[in-house]
Amino acid sequence: MLEVTGLRVAYGGIQAVRSITFHVGEGETVALIGANGAGKTSTLKAVARVLDAAGGDVHFRGEKISAIAPHDVIRKGMALVPEGRGVFPRLTVRENLRMGAFIRDDAVDIDKDLKTIYGYFPRLLERESQLAGTLSGGEQQMLAIGRALMSRPQMLLLDEPSMGLAPIMVQKIFEVIRAVAADGMTVLLVEQNAKLALESSQRAYVMESGEITLNGDSAALLDDPKVRAAYLGE
Amino acid sequence: MDIFLQQIINGVVQGSIYALVALGYTMVYGIMGLINFAHGEVVMIGTLVTITVAGLLAAAGLPPILAGLGGLIAAVLCCMALGWGLERVAYRPLRNAPRLTPLITAIGMSIVLQNVAMIAWGRNYLTFPAFLPKANFEVAGAHFTAIQLFIVIVAAATMAGLMLLIYRTKLGMAMRATAQNPAVASLMGVNIDRVIAAAFVIGSALGAVAGVMVGTYYEIAHYQMGFMLGLKAFTAAVLGGIGNLAGAMAGGVLLGIIEALGAGYIGSLTGDFLGSHYQDIFAFVVLIVVLMFKPSGLFGEKTGDRA
Repeated sequence: MLEVTGLRVAYGGIQAVRSITFHVGEGETVALIGANGAGKTSTLKAVARVLDAAGGDVHFRGEKISAIAPHDVIRKGMALVPEGRGVFPRLTVRENLRMGAFIRDDAVDIDKDLKTIYGYFPRLLERESQLAGTLSGGEQQMLAIGRALMSRPQMLLLDEPSMGLAPIMVQKIFEVIRAVAADGMTVLLVEQNAKLALESSQRAYVMESGEITLNGDSAALLDDPKVRAAYLGE
Repeated sequence: MDIFLQQIINGVVQGSIYALVALGYTMVYGIMGLINFAHGEVVMIGTLVTITVAGLLAAAGLPPILAGLGGLIAAVLCCMALGWGLERVAYRPLRNAPRLTPLITAIGMSIVLQNVAMIAWGRNYLTFPAFLPKANFEVAGAHFTAIQLFIVIVAAATMAGLMLLIYRTKLGMAMRATAQNPAVASLMGVNIDRVIAAAFVIGSALGAVAGVMVGTYYEIAHYQMGFMLGLKAFTAAVLGGIGNLAGAMAGGVLLGIIEALGAGYIGSLTGDFLGSHYQDIFAFVVLIVVLMFKPSGLFGEKTGDRA
């Protein structure tokens, strides 16, 4: 579904991502793990066209998307849940979700999908007329994921969904991510919490200083002594 | 007491005009953090286009009210095109430039538009044609004219329309989302360029309506008239909290009232040392006081760090 070849990202003269190649198959959940500053978020942003790559190609569902306008990415079926959640603080919860469906015009189905999202996250229904800026961090993360799903994407890109959240919230959010993935959604997950990411994915890539240094089945990586030493704190 | 009521009425009328112009400043600022100092000139062009088009229509035999309406429609369309063109030509190429650059460009565009208007319409004061009957009303000792009533009603209706657009339509939601987080709005599929252009076009349409009101109220127009009006409306936007739509409306009306009361009482307060022609002082005293003590304005959420 997603083919990334030789992707490079640079900020000024500094190479954040040095020619990485990876792929995500249809229906797969793939994790991208690594330490802070390894280039995970830059990779995700370049894939979703939030920032311009310095080189390389991104193909999504057979189509090259590395040069399309940023606002057209979601129309191709790829939705990014940005790092730090990026909810619209002075829009209500409901309006935020409606913004997620901005590219759609099917009012009836949008209402149906709103109900589905409220089914995943009942907390959002309780707070649907509240301004998103008044939500807790965990609720904002729920909202950001729900908003991305409102576009009916083929693929979901998640950037650090556990960041800054209480463990109980992290559990709830990953339950939903797994449920969405089990329904057939293709997921690319960037996470610093390597254990959580490996437990929630089928395959994973390990990034270090802008390069992919390891990859394989998540279950195998969980048992890999190098991974255990570097990322699981053992 | 009747002076007080009279000045309140005058202030609300003048303030309605400020409010319409202030909305143009605040919409553009809210979405892209730019003070479009050429906005006052857009209003001026609206007034002058109305004079020309309404004059032609009247000469073609249309009754005054229809000629005026035709002039208004022409002014709105011209100003929308002008606002779109300004953004496209002057501001879009500077989207990623340091903040000061588009600000200086805005001042430059203001000068360019004044000079274009001077060439097209001349240096002299022009008479704005009278479209409305000169009826007078009296309430509790205070007088107001049909023109004043017309200004307040049209301003209120225009602002209500804007609120519907911003809070009840998909474009309005996209504009609010873009003002809050342009990068994420783009992720949702919003074309930021279009939203910014829409803010300019809508703000300029409001400015055109305000321009027709100014002409109708004062019955004269001049290529430099947009400058002071623009500064006053900018003050109103800052007073209300720049970037905030409700703030721009409240700030406009409030500034109008402050000015009118100031003009009404400055003579008796200073023992006739200063007369009502010093009324412009009040707007700028308000601006200085707001910037000193509450730079975020009456309704502003946070102190902006924007240029």
